[in-house]
Amino acid sequence: MEKRYYQKEIETMAVEDIKKLQSEKLVKQVKHVYENVEYYRNLMDEKGVKPEDIKGIEDLHKLPFLSKADLRDAYPYGLLAKPLKDCVRIHSTSGTTGRRVVAFYTQNDVDLWEDCCARAIVAAGGTSDDVCQVAYGYGLFTGGAGLHGGSHKVGCLTLPMSSGNTERQIQFMNDLSATILCCTPSYAAYIGESLKEQGFKPQDIPLKAGIFGAEPWTEEMRKNIEETLGIKAYDIYGLTETSGPGVAFECEEQTGMHINEDHFLAEIIDPDTGEVLPEGEKGELVFTALDKEAFPLLRYRTRDICVLSRKKCSCGRTLIKMAKPMGRTDDMLIIRGVNVFPSQIETVLLNEGYQPNYQIIVDRVNNTDTFEVNVELAPEQFTDKVSEILAMEKSLANAMKIMLGINPTVRLVAPKTIARSEGKAKRVIDNRKLI
Amino acid sequence: MAIKQLTVFVENRQGALVAVTDTLAKHNVNMRALSIAETQEFGILRLIVNDEKTAEKTLTEEGYLIKVIDVVGVKISDEPGKLTEALGVLDKAGINMEYLYAFMARTEKHAYVVLRVEDNALAEKVLVGAGFKLITENDVNKL
Repeated sequence: MEKRYYQKEIETMAVEDIKKLQSEKLVKQVKHVYENVEYYRNLMDEKGVKPEDIKGIEDLHKLPFLSKADLRDAYPYGLLAKPLKDCVRIHSTSGTTGRRVVAFYTQNDVDLWEDCCARAIVAAGGTSDDVCQVAYGYGLFTGGAGLHGGSHKVGCLTLPMSSGNTERQIQFMNDLSATILCCTPSYAAYIGESLKEQGFKPQDIPLKAGIFGAEPWTEEMRKNIEETLGIKAYDIYGLTETSGPGVAFECEEQTGMHINEDHFLAEIIDPDTGEVLPEGEKGELVFTALDKEAFPLLRYRTRDICVLSRKKCSCGRTLIKMAKPMGRTDDMLIIRGVNVFPSQIETVLLNEGYQPNYQIIVDRVNNTDTFEVNVELAPEQFTDKVSEILAMEKSLANAMKIMLGINPTVRLVAPKTIARSEGKAKRVIDNRKLI
Repeated sequence: MAIKQLTVFVENRQGALVAVTDTLAKHNVNMRALSIAETQEFGILRLIVNDEKTAEKTLTEEGYLIKVIDVVGVKISDEPGKLTEALGVLDKAGINMEYLYAFMARTEKHAYVVLRVEDNALAEKVLVGAGFKLITENDVNKL
């Protein structure tokens, strides 16, 4: 079979050439950031690094890191490197103001991002003959917009379904013979189960491929989705801070995701010391955006634990590969594709007049994440009426939904029943086996 | 006039209820009536006991969620239609009822009904007006 690429020259470029290209871009990008982003200029000055010290990617380690805390401190405009009149869009993660990330895009940023997604679609076998059903959420979330743009670039007929309304998803999928499905893996599994319940066999389903990301998923889940839908399922990686999905994407070999290295320079560091680790070692993934104009993060710590590999890939792409993230260095959970920090739950509890004595229990049942929050009831909140307690649970769940964008099951429990170890309660029990 | 009901939050898991009754037994608290409202996750245990102060103290010390509230206790003769009659009185007076539970006296030929209503004083007034006899804390202790 002939190998197909969206941007062959880049995707199959010799490693030395890619590194040279990265070096050239990095020198320019550091200058752009130093001149236009006071926040990062101060970080560089504190470290005693000047733009002229960065002569190529070998000097990358001299630059200071950016973390989620910096994004919070600089919210909303502190890391903006272009005047707002040059920006055409924002995207944002869910959360409180404190945790929210707002990323800005120029038209060029959007174009390059969509190219990245187009590479992913072509790597999954997509052509202009395909019908691409985008069932990621549209709106502030990057999933819908990214794959939508990529699908346009490839020339697929794009079905901008957004997430939810599974009946309608199934109807459009069948009536318009969708061949590529883009959504979170758990939603893909859900759609698959729904089709199965309605009596569809894998061979009756028009889909041939799926591009699934925004949450961790296992090989077992991949196999399950592939069998139910009769497709090949591809992983895709990205985060709002770097643009969105398409930072890295899987090819037919399905052994890790190729990082779009011409736009994103990846490093693996020791999360404790910040020291750069050699290729093949496990550590925290760090990205430097080489082409982004409006929101160019340099050495952004993703908090994802990961391994990089330059092993030759049978697809012909020379782009470095990242393994599926193996965990986090912070307490962020990804539940049904949504980023959830325990501190957000805490904020809701305090706002609603509860003590922050809670426990989050996450599991995966039938390929869908379950999300329970147990909250200890204070003596003064206790009532002898069942209806009132049920109403309290419902209103708390609702407040959490507004904060997080996903619906938890809230259970009120007796005081001091949440297990405490060394006096500190274990806040999160994640029973999903993701690795 | 009202009697005291001890309300206890119990999680819906094995052994939760026996832990409560065991604590009460160890402190010599005798139960007169018991009712439980349950959901899938938790239950609310409602108790009439001979010594609600000791019960409240010991269960609170054990870490239970406790609430002592006033409820109306009414004595009705043990014959068909008597409960309906009592409820009819409340209904006629427009008194909303949350829940009720009943228990039999050991010796006498009548039953006791515990009523959880929004307005205890009004409920007591109309029941007495209709000829019903209310039970007091004193009666509970002697039962």
